[in-house]
Amino acid sequence: MAALTPFKDAIDVVVDAGGDPFKLCYQCGLCSGTCPWNLVRSFMVRRMIHQTRLGLIDFEDEDLWLCVTCGACVKRCPRGVEIIDIMRALRRSIVGLGMAKVPDPLRITVKNISGTGNPLGEAPEKRADWAKSLDVKTFTGNNDLLYFSCCVPCYDANIRGLAQATVGILKKAGVDFGILGVKESCCGEAVRKAGNEGLFQSLAERNIAAFRENGVKNILVSSPHCYHSFKNEYPGFGGNFNVVHTTQYLAKLIDEGKIKPAKEFKKKVAYHDPCYLGRHNGIYEEPRKVLASIPGLELVELPDHHEDSICCGGGSGRLWMETKKGERFADLRLEQALDLGVEVLAVACPYCCTMFKDSAASMNKTDVIEIKDISELIQQAI
Amino acid sequence: MEIKTGVYICHCGINIANTVDVEHLVEAAKGWDTVAVAREYKFLCSDPGQEIIKKDIKELGLNRVVVASCSPRMHERTFRNACQQAGLNPYLFEMANIREHCSWVHSDKELATKKAEALLRAAVRRVFYHEPLETKESPVSPNTLIVGGGIAGIQAALEIADSEHKVYLVERDPSIGGHMTQLDKTFPTLDCSQCILTPKMALVGSHPYIELMTYSEVEEVSGFVGSFKVKIRKKARYVDEDKCTGCGLCQEKCPWKVDSEYNAGLGKRKAIYTPFPQAVPNIPVIDKEHCAYFLKGTCRACEKFCDIKAINFEQVDQIVEVGVGSIILTTGYDVFNPSAIAQYGYGKYDNVITGLEFERMSSATGPTGGEIRLKDGRQPKSVAIIHCVGSRDKNYHEYCSRVCCMYGLKFSHLIKEKIPDADVYQMYIDMRCFGEGYEEFYKRLCEEGVNFIRGKVARVTDRAISDEEKGKLIVQCEDTLLASLMRVPVDMVILCVALEARADAERVARMFNISRRADGFFLERHVKLDPVATPTDGVFIAGCCQAPKDIPDTVAQASAAAARALAVISKGKVILEASVATVNEALCQGCGRCEELCEFHAPKVSRKNGQLPVSTINEALCKGCGACAVFCPTGAISVKHFTRDQILAEVEALIEV
Repeated sequence: MAALTPFKDAIDVVVDAGGDPFKLCYQCGLCSGTCPWNLVRSFMVRRMIHQTRLGLIDFEDEDLWLCVTCGACVKRCPRGVEIIDIMRALRRSIVGLGMAKVPDPLRITVKNISGTGNPLGEAPEKRADWAKSLDVKTFTGNNDLLYFSCCVPCYDANIRGLAQATVGILKKAGVDFGILGVKESCCGEAVRKAGNEGLFQSLAERNIAAFRENGVKNILVSSPHCYHSFKNEYPGFGGNFNVVHTTQYLAKLIDEGKIKPAKEFKKKVAYHDPCYLGRHNGIYEEPRKVLASIPGLELVELPDHHEDSICCGGGSGRLWMETKKGERFADLRLEQALDLGVEVLAVACPYCCTMFKDSAASMNKTDVIEIKDISELIQQAI
Repeated sequence: MEIKTGVYICHCGINIANTVDVEHLVEAAKGWDTVAVAREYKFLCSDPGQEIIKKDIKELGLNRVVVASCSPRMHERTFRNACQQAGLNPYLFEMANIREHCSWVHSDKELATKKAEALLRAAVRRVFYHEPLETKESPVSPNTLIVGGGIAGIQAALEIADSEHKVYLVERDPSIGGHMTQLDKTFPTLDCSQCILTPKMALVGSHPYIELMTYSEVEEVSGFVGSFKVKIRKKARYVDEDKCTGCGLCQEKCPWKVDSEYNAGLGKRKAIYTPFPQAVPNIPVIDKEHCAYFLKGTCRACEKFCDIKAINFEQVDQIVEVGVGSIILTTGYDVFNPSAIAQYGYGKYDNVITGLEFERMSSATGPTGGEIRLKDGRQPKSVAIIHCVGSRDKNYHEYCSRVCCMYGLKFSHLIKEKIPDADVYQMYIDMRCFGEGYEEFYKRLCEEGVNFIRGKVARVTDRAISDEEKGKLIVQCEDTLLASLMRVPVDMVILCVALEARADAERVARMFNISRRADGFFLERHVKLDPVATPTDGVFIAGCCQAPKDIPDTVAQASAAAARALAVISKGKVILEASVATVNEALCQGCGRCEELCEFHAPKVSRKNGQLPVSTINEALCKGCGACAVFCPTGAISVKHFTRDQILAEVEALIEV
């Protein structure tokens, strides 16, 4: 039997990287029981925390990259342990100190963002191409609102529709808005969770500078991830802006009578709560309210909803990593929707949109279920 | 007279000395006006420490003493007594708190020393203006009020009444007995709860020194230790207590059924009811909310069948006023409602029940006659018992409820006893079996073949993923000892729900002028050394209103509270606060603001011998709070020991750099 002495250096590394919440853990295992990974494969969150506490964590273990930071465990943890901070600290230790190898897809994505400001490695000057045909103005200090679409719709032709729908609605409602196009970069939310603190901070500083130079005060975002970083993380770097998510903004436009969803949409729709909109930021009702305003639309709840929503699997950089068939949360979620006879799965996040569209395609279900961002459904209805 | 002050600085072991430079304080104090001597000592509160002070008073002729040490709440009385023993009026003493207010909360020694010096200087300047004060005595009522008739209240009432002192026992429900009457067998000895409790209840009911007031609530409390005045509302029972023989015919004939609170909603009672057959007193009440006569104006079946004409629909609430010397609060606890934890499915799945519901089901006096049954009447063949539901969880209650591990174990035994082939699972985080015979009980349960799974349950669901799970409740959790995820299919789930503070604890605390902890329970005066007293003299607490606890601890605490109440009675007098308000009649205009303000009714404006009206303070009622002194428009009122000169001297010394 080997003598157990906590490996102090390894503990200190994690503590320095912001992982000290592990000290509070009393090892009840509620996190493991709550974690969606355990619906598809084994992922012992509790054990990792214990190993971290003793300095016995294996930095080479690829499981360190599994956590999607969905926050389900944190929400329920009886000790209030910020488990995401622990996961982030473990990854920071790897990225910052080279304790182990970063998985290739993630490494490449981070390199892309570092070089081009977007995870797809596309040319920055093409960032506003999605809006070319739509006559969208570049933001000037005089506009009321900046629309920040997220990198994914900017460059992914499959997802572009949600940004286009959003500007269509804004125009119809007579909102004075603009976009920054080439001047903006990835928000960096996932980069930070994937352990690259340095790159996150430089992205944050770059965006904050761009917002400031252009006189931005109010930002409308399509992605809950942009929402989270702008609202909760950028203030730590001096960036204080009014941030609003499209679902909140649409609910307001409907309330004020600026848009009226009048066209009937006779379909069964379920709404998937994105982790960063729901659990992380407490926005549950506005998306439902917006959907319910569409005439003829039958809104049903998936078996796991609101705080119990199951992640699409795309958080924390997982969007860019390959997840084996049989282990994809999005597949589980689609099955839940299909079991209910749902015809349209409504989402409110470009990551969710990507993950579910991939799942529908790989499951050969694109003919029975559509994946739509809420903005797209509203545009159809007005 | 020349003022000669002795200054004493305590090290408190290392508590003060590690953070404050004690020698420096001594040197500084020696240079101040009026200071005749300054010394330091390791523990001034010890006998040799007090001796130093006493010796100096006598030998150096000190007429003022300042001690810089801990909080006055800790040792003011100690040092005042020392002064008195040396012949110095105890009010010529002042204390500087350089521990709680300084050394314990600072780490920079230089700054802490500076602050301690300022606090000490303030005390020395203040004590200069102190005047000798005399305390007065007030007589004590030999009666005691006990609020809450659960096991704690019953125990305390019997202890006091057996010493032939009168007890008023007030209970909100129609019967005494509390939660303990609802329990089946009790851990770890497995004696039947009712069997050990009902004899005590009967004793209370017939005791010549106990005036039992059930279906009653305290409405107002005034006065102070030794002479409290209490108003009690006796709610209308609509049954004449003097006539009723408790025959039970009215309950039999009443056609209106209501969920039984006693049976935790599992069974029914009538609109006229006693909560259970062994109720004390055995006199029913009419539940106005559900009685057809009160709701619709017809029925009166109970009245028709009562031969002795005990039913009285015209009865009204009565207010009774009693005078008591001390008060014991034994108001108990509420049970945590687990529907707040949606993932456990309470309220959603029929066979997810709380511990209290299980107690009623398992009890021979319960709605199933002690049969453990599923909602559809079948016998469960597998049961999961989930620990820490609402306890040890920062989302609900952070504290441990102390009884759940043990009652969870007891449930296993009761199930195994009645359904020997049942599989029983205990999902726990830590087994806390700390009491007498508890560890042995845990061992016994292990021998009985209970399955222990160490892990906090994540979810209870009916979504089956295999044939084996179909029609079952599936309990999901990590078995942390195996480091693997479990899905345990069972027929029944019992939630070991937390004990929590009563929903109206805040109102009760205000009424009796006591405090609550952040967790909602009543705050004791000292967590270790004074666990049944409260900051209000003469008000004591016992049982689960103070914190969750088991029956043995509750009974011990109730006896302790009774002893404290008896001590008040035995002493026969209370020492009144010397620092009371006083009126300078030359300045008083008799405006009466003080009379309006004072919540203790101490000031009274009157014309003395036909002269102009002036205010007079009743020193027995005055608490020395100072509200009148602050508001007095002419500055006629001041509070002894808190005079303008004293306070200003203290403040000026503090702000001097």
